[in-house]
Amino acid sequence: MELKSKIPEGPLAEKWTRHKFGLKLVNPSNKRKYDIIVVGTGLAGASAAASLAELGYNVTALCFQDSPRRAHSIAAQGGINAAKNYQNDGDSVFRLFYDTIKGGDYRSREGNVHRLAEVSVNIIDQCVAQGVPFAREYGGLLANRSFGGAQVSRTFYARGQTGQQLLLGAYSALSRQVANGKVKLLTRTEMLDLVVEDGKTRGIVTRNLITGKIESHSAHAVLLCTGGYGNVFYLSTNAMGSNVTAAWRAHKHGALMANPCFTQIHPTCIPVKGDYQSKLTLMSESLRNDGRVWVPKTKELANQIRKGERKPTDLKEDERDYYLERRYPSFGNLVPRDVASRNAKAVCDEGRGVSKTGLAVYLDFADAINRDGRKTIEAKYGNLFEMYEKIVDNNPYETPMMIYPAVHYTMGGLWVDYNLMTTVPGLYALGEANFSDHGANRLGASALMQGLADGYFVIPYTVGDYLATIGPADKLPVTAPAFREAEQRVTTVIEKMLAIKGTKPVDDFHRELGLIMWDYCGMSRTAEGLTKARGLIKDLKAEFWSNVRITGESEELNQSLEAASRVADFIELGALMIEDALNRDESCGGHFREEYQTPDGEALRDDADFAYVAAWEYQGDNQPEKLNKETLEFENVKLTQRSYK
Amino acid sequence: MQPLRRTDYDFTTAVADHLQFLYKMKVNLKVWRQKNNNTAGKLVEYGLDNISPDMSFLEMFDVLNGELTRKGEEPVAFDHDCREGICGMCSMYINGRAHGPQTGATTCQLHMRSFSDGDTIVVEPWRARAFPVLKDLMVDRSAFDRVIQSGGYVSVNTGSAPDANEIAIPRSVSDEAMDAAQCIGCGACVAACKNASAMLFVAAKVSHMAVLPQGKAESTLRAERMVAQMDAEGFGACSFTGACSVECPKSISLDHIARMNREYLGAKLTSENMQG
Repeated sequence: MELKSKIPEGPLAEKWTRHKFGLKLVNPSNKRKYDIIVVGTGLAGASAAASLAELGYNVTALCFQDSPRRAHSIAAQGGINAAKNYQNDGDSVFRLFYDTIKGGDYRSREGNVHRLAEVSVNIIDQCVAQGVPFAREYGGLLANRSFGGAQVSRTFYARGQTGQQLLLGAYSALSRQVANGKVKLLTRTEMLDLVVEDGKTRGIVTRNLITGKIESHSAHAVLLCTGGYGNVFYLSTNAMGSNVTAAWRAHKHGALMANPCFTQIHPTCIPVKGDYQSKLTLMSESLRNDGRVWVPKTKELANQIRKGERKPTDLKEDERDYYLERRYPSFGNLVPRDVASRNAKAVCDEGRGVSKTGLAVYLDFADAINRDGRKTIEAKYGNLFEMYEKIVDNNPYETPMMIYPAVHYTMGGLWVDYNLMTTVPGLYALGEANFSDHGANRLGASALMQGLADGYFVIPYTVGDYLATIGPADKLPVTAPAFREAEQRVTTVIEKMLAIKGTKPVDDFHRELGLIMWDYCGMSRTAEGLTKARGLIKDLKAEFWSNVRITGESEELNQSLEAASRVADFIELGALMIEDALNRDESCGGHFREEYQTPDGEALRDDADFAYVAAWEYQGDNQPEKLNKETLEFENVKLTQRSYK
Repeated sequence: MQPLRRTDYDFTTAVADHLQFLYKMKVNLKVWRQKNNNTAGKLVEYGLDNISPDMSFLEMFDVLNGELTRKGEEPVAFDHDCREGICGMCSMYINGRAHGPQTGATTCQLHMRSFSDGDTIVVEPWRARAFPVLKDLMVDRSAFDRVIQSGGYVSVNTGSAPDANEIAIPRSVSDEAMDAAQCIGCGACVAACKNASAMLFVAAKVSHMAVLPQGKAESTLRAERMVAQMDAEGFGACSFTGACSVECPKSISLDHIARMNREYLGAKLTSENMQG
């Protein structure tokens, strides 16, 4: 398949402006003749649905949760980047572009990333106008803080609940359009199949999660704003319901999946406690502004701490190793996430980890509290400290926090062109669900930026180009055979699952899948381990389809059935992630292959052979997928070994 | 335990010590079971004896559901998603209190260490006319969405915003807006209220937007519409006992109700839009 990225010609800073001018328009009175389905109501979905409805399109927005406001964007803590340069510290659109490309270890598209940096400034304006209560200085102007991978302060925030406030802003805009009758809202509704006919997207099939009813929805275009697939690891910072099902089922209809092995392991999460654990809780990266990361200098000291013979506060300065400050003097504790995570793993692998499991490092606020006073620290991070104390039962004002990396975000996702269209005409992917902007590693505070950029400022322009091309008549009624067949496909799979009547609950399979993925396709990977994991996943899939136990029926509210359908897709995705990780014989960003590292343990890229997007094409059940390559062109940045030293 | 990988120190002993500390509580659960909205429900008893004090309350339910599934019984349906206290999905009424005995926390943030070995714990869904039970511990809170749709927004289209720093907003005002805007829409205020009133939820949104200059233009109309929708949904009247604020996981203050009453009264005095 030939991948046409449709990146416009011309100088980097003019690409988006020129492209917008070249896009076809739908005139205002014709917009009401087009129907658009938006799947997912997080930042990307809610902002897209609201903006498209404001333009006059008929929008159907759906989410599996009980309200659009529950989407997992709500949990983002730290902030949102924008190149406003309000701090007069040298920020610019180009600098945000450059930091993002470099932070992504040169595996993202220049054109997309520059556009993201350009529209970042409009996002902040829009959100403030909606009433998002961003943090302010005493003078009443907006405050900023710093995040990893940047040497300027460009992150806007609303205490430790930035994602919540941005999502509530988008949700309020969406709610206004529901009231205007331009958005039809379907909650507790899950997309289970995509309908494609004559090479175009025609609509989707859903399951009503309360009644179990399978229903068809027809539209001219479908937008997948369904988030990431971090839950393939079972334990992650994602919400319990976050899943890959909509994206995966679209993949089976011809939407290519790009760079699926690019997952982000966030360095600062609360460590795992027991095997009952259902999720991991993030401690915002913003904590690294003031917290110092360290472990004991020697294994012996670490052992004493693990045994409880000494407390961390007893250790003298020369018994501590502030390893990030030591190794990366210019970025210090604010190195990008992949670098911070790998270093935490390295010191724990050396046996210098703390907590009873040995799988934790300290994040210490003692110096910050001495310097700025407890009150200042409380104002900045109070809610995060409280959250930590509730979970760990330990007061971080008095003793250092313990943290460990955890799966947080997936940079990979559905392949999209510059218009955010997948390889299936009329099917779009926005936000975390697509692959396009973060390369092999995402910088902190950039996910919120991308979700809202796609929804508020990109899709409203680009979707019109497609709609104007096909015309309003090019739509199938839900009574068409293509919809009947899709409903039948969905029903058949559900019946097949329910008929297994095995012995093992769905969660057990999910946990096992997570263990395989974490051990062999997590923070570091080897060809040997990945090859082993390939077999393990194959066996797990076979066992799932012969031994899963789902209670209850399909025509009712049935949470085990919902979970089973998601886990089945995660297992298949896991297999593809392993193939992708095996194919990429280099290390870059979050993808660390142990065979490819510099003498001092940093990721070693191979730009000659791997400066491409790996886009995988489905070939049928249990068939190896076909690899398609989109070569990445770099005209404005020079590819170098990333250095944060 | 998931991320345990072989390292060059002996962690087996450490883990064994740790595990000994885990898995020691017994609890006796009485859980509301109801097949659907058309069927009567009842409390059903379950005993669990392998509960760690470090488990979250919902992880304890995961254990129960695992056991029920293995026995071929239907697991307990309950709402949950982020499991970090922000999405507002979890909603259990535990021993007569919304989100359980801890204040300032959601059900997912409640840990078993808040209970004692051998405790009996009664778990019910939110009880309110406007929140019908869907199944077991799950209720329908779409009434909250409809209240927001009636006016919980600033009418601004995408693309028409002025520069974000054009209007300076004093920090105290912005902080006050944020205090109100923290509401997670879980419905604990309704569940805690003897009248099942939604005043705190509605007031938080009205207040968040009324104090900010961006929301001023529509503030009276907003209060009027949202209150009308709240009444239409069947929520009860507010008798200002303050139970809502006590049980609110985000500790939203009663002051917001006072502000909303002012907004609403102002609206009624000048209204051209609505009757009543």
